[in-house]
Amino acid sequence: MAALARRSRRFMSSSSSSSAAAVASSGSWWKDVQPAARDPILGVTEAFLADTHPSKMNVGVGAYRTDEGKPLVLECVRQAERHIAGSNFMEYLPMGGSVVFNDHSMKLAYGEEASVLADKRVAGIQALSGTGACRLFADFQRRFKPESHIFIPVPTWANHHNIWRDAHVPQHTFRYYDPVTKGLDFAGLMEDVKRAPEASVFLLHACAHNPTGVDPSPEQWKEISALFKEKNHFALFDMAYQGFASGDTNRDAQAIRIFLDDGHQVACAQSFAKNMGLYGQRVGCLSVVCDDTQQAVAVKSQLQQIARPMYSNPPLHGALIVSTILGDPDLKALWHTEVKGMADRIITMRELLKKNLVEAGSHLNWQHITDQIGMFCFSGLNPEQVDRLTSQFHIYLTRNGRISMAGINSNNVEYLANAIHEVTREEEAEKAA
Amino acid sequence: MAAMMASTAATTAALGCVASGQEVGRQVCTTQKMYNGLRVATAFPGQKKIEESAFASIKIRSKATVTMAVATDVSRFEGVSMAPADPILGVSEAFKRDNSDMKLNLGVGAYRTEELQPYVLEVVKKAEKKMLEAGENKEYLPIEGLAAFNKATAELLLGADNPVIKQQRVATVQGLSGTGSLRLGAAFIQRYFPGVKVLISSPTWGNHKNILNDAGVPWSEYRYFDPKTVGLDFEGMIADIKDAPNGSIILLHGCAHNPTGIDPTPEQWEKIADVCEEKDHMPFFDVAYQGFASGSLDDDASSVRRFVARGIELFVAQSYSKNLGLYAERIGAINVVVSSPEVATKVKSQLKRLARPMYSNPPVHGARIVANVVGDPTMFDEWRAEMQAMAGRIKTVRQRLYDELSTKDKSSKDWSFVLKQIGMFSFTGLNKAQSDNMTDKWHVYMTKDGRISLAGLNLAKCAFLADAIIDSFYNVQ
Repeated sequence: MAALARRSRRFMSSSSSSSAAAVASSGSWWKDVQPAARDPILGVTEAFLADTHPSKMNVGVGAYRTDEGKPLVLECVRQAERHIAGSNFMEYLPMGGSVVFNDHSMKLAYGEEASVLADKRVAGIQALSGTGACRLFADFQRRFKPESHIFIPVPTWANHHNIWRDAHVPQHTFRYYDPVTKGLDFAGLMEDVKRAPEASVFLLHACAHNPTGVDPSPEQWKEISALFKEKNHFALFDMAYQGFASGDTNRDAQAIRIFLDDGHQVACAQSFAKNMGLYGQRVGCLSVVCDDTQQAVAVKSQLQQIARPMYSNPPLHGALIVSTILGDPDLKALWHTEVKGMADRIITMRELLKKNLVEAGSHLNWQHITDQIGMFCFSGLNPEQVDRLTSQFHIYLTRNGRISMAGINSNNVEYLANAIHEVTREEEAEKAA
Repeated sequence: MAAMMASTAATTAALGCVASGQEVGRQVCTTQKMYNGLRVATAFPGQKKIEESAFASIKIRSKATVTMAVATDVSRFEGVSMAPADPILGVSEAFKRDNSDMKLNLGVGAYRTEELQPYVLEVVKKAEKKMLEAGENKEYLPIEGLAAFNKATAELLLGADNPVIKQQRVATVQGLSGTGSLRLGAAFIQRYFPGVKVLISSPTWGNHKNILNDAGVPWSEYRYFDPKTVGLDFEGMIADIKDAPNGSIILLHGCAHNPTGIDPTPEQWEKIADVCEEKDHMPFFDVAYQGFASGSLDDDASSVRRFVARGIELFVAQSYSKNLGLYAERIGAINVVVSSPEVATKVKSQLKRLARPMYSNPPVHGARIVANVVGDPTMFDEWRAEMQAMAGRIKTVRQRLYDELSTKDKSSKDWSFVLKQIGMFSFTGLNKAQSDNMTDKWHVYMTKDGRISLAGLNLAKCAFLADAIIDSFYNVQ
């Protein structure tokens, strides 16, 4: 038993009256608790909300906004909610969540006709959106392959590092983004994949890489898949933007389909936060392709054992919405239209931003704005430039220069372009010199 | 209150089969079928025989390490063995398979009406309707959850006028019901009080151990249930808490102890608080039944408030699964009452840092329901009334069961523990063999520790249950 330093006196003695004022105690239980740093992503929104400037812009967190700058609840979601209203069922879901939801989710990811689904060899469990799905996998990896590490692209969504750290899985990175081209460092990626030890576990973004917006082409995915086969690597796909990237759900999942065609047994962490606008409902799915049904059942049972002491069973409401939409042909068709609408608006904003930068007089190369895909644009701005955007122009984004395109609309795109042009004037001057 | 039976086709289709305690016809889904062989292979102990199954040979271990597969077509996970069946879920599954007319499911941990139907509170339906009409957005909540909910939940727990709230000494973070809130607390303990042990009651809710284990927090047990009296082993409890190293953490059930239904008296709570102060222990209250136990929100929170009034720093995990019937929406909170507002701010920030890599931010739906109900005086009163009705039904059923037992049992055995115990659960004092008899002979499903859920009992079945209990108690060793 660990020796325990004697805790000094509590903050109040037992003889004091019940309403006595608190006495600050320097030697209390809490002396080792430091204030946590703000979350780099969610902290941006906190700061934005605190700002009172009329022109302020939030291009930090990745939540979709309409052209009026408002959050959007999809019409298919509203209809689904009306369908399920008045339900008499609010009892616990099983630990693995809604089975019908899991089935719909996996069909969406792997394809309606996927043989792995027909063979019933995919373990799928409802998870707390993409974060929860990744965390389940990380804990599962820790428990069942304790010697394994995780390979994570550079850069990646910041919370990936937190997840595998808290799961106590050692992390390595592999090259991904080329800051010079502002595109994919394909050669670096392949080299790092090759150099990793046999049978390593890799985290791949299925589409609309966060934060760079840089995705491999289908040909590149095929090469990556072939190399993975050679090295016997395992792929966990984080798919948070299916449908949201290109507007086509099958196209956005093609990396996964390529891997499946090559016979890989992959895992997939899915989120419905963005593509169905169900952010706050926390609905997602973790699936793991296995050898056979028996193994899939065993794996599912173990994933449930990880979920149980974390939250017992997942929340119902979001899963019901997703199941209702995907289970109804009309609602599903409506959803496809709406998600394409969101993707199209993002693509339009990319074009507008580039156009406005040129019109503002910038001579830097902004091609990457339209080359990149999905919600985010890796602008190439450095932290100092980002800080100036915030302090001078009240534009909020993460310090890695990631811009959430969803926060841009026809009313503020010019303001943003001008601001970016302002903070990059020196860079431009250097290039011209 | 009669429960409405209407269930939309879309809901039925969307839900598919759900392995809960309820007996509602659902389409059988493929996963259930797949599971059939495995469920039987890891059969509930009450089953007479285990059918042969293709999966019967699976070893049941909850953890396994896996050697690295070298061949490309063999899964990484070939060594993953089947996890053991959940001891509580398994009861409901066995119940469903039973074809007897007289079967009774007392394993269920969810409230049932007198008609033994699930119950969505009227006030919840009202709140959901209001929310549907308001058409609010579905944006991410902050990591710490919905502010209106956090305010409401701390005030419900401690009383709106509590000095600790006014002095901002409570760090509150919305959590995924009781489990999620306990897990945040446990993760915090592991990180900031490394090596400190948590003492849990013997027995306690099964998932407490899992939560502490997965959070990496050491634990040990303090005596609690006395099988001789079918009551509290208070002396044993005090001795074990005194025996623990100074500065340990003591997990206490705020009211309606699960699984025994046995709560300390006010005087006993004072004594427990004395020992905690003496030993510099930190209490960690699990409050899953506030309002549901006695029918009064304030009375059920009195143990927590007593400790807070004495100036003791503590953790409290709350759940709205039972008292608002929001089981599936996973709504609760972790509260930490500390010495100063500065500490509260720091603690809250670190709780957020633990939540972010678990699920980023909590689900909004249940939080909005609670905030709506508590924030509207009419709805709040309606909630109180419904909660009193639920608690009242449990009390009525306890009384009837006690009456039946006392009448039918000609010996002088004291069955009054049925009345003294409180909340959804009751520890009957039946041992495993006797519990098995309850199931095998009488088709009464319960957990093998002798726990019955009064929520699954109605007046009509009390006589039958009394017969079963008396038979099992006297005729089985």
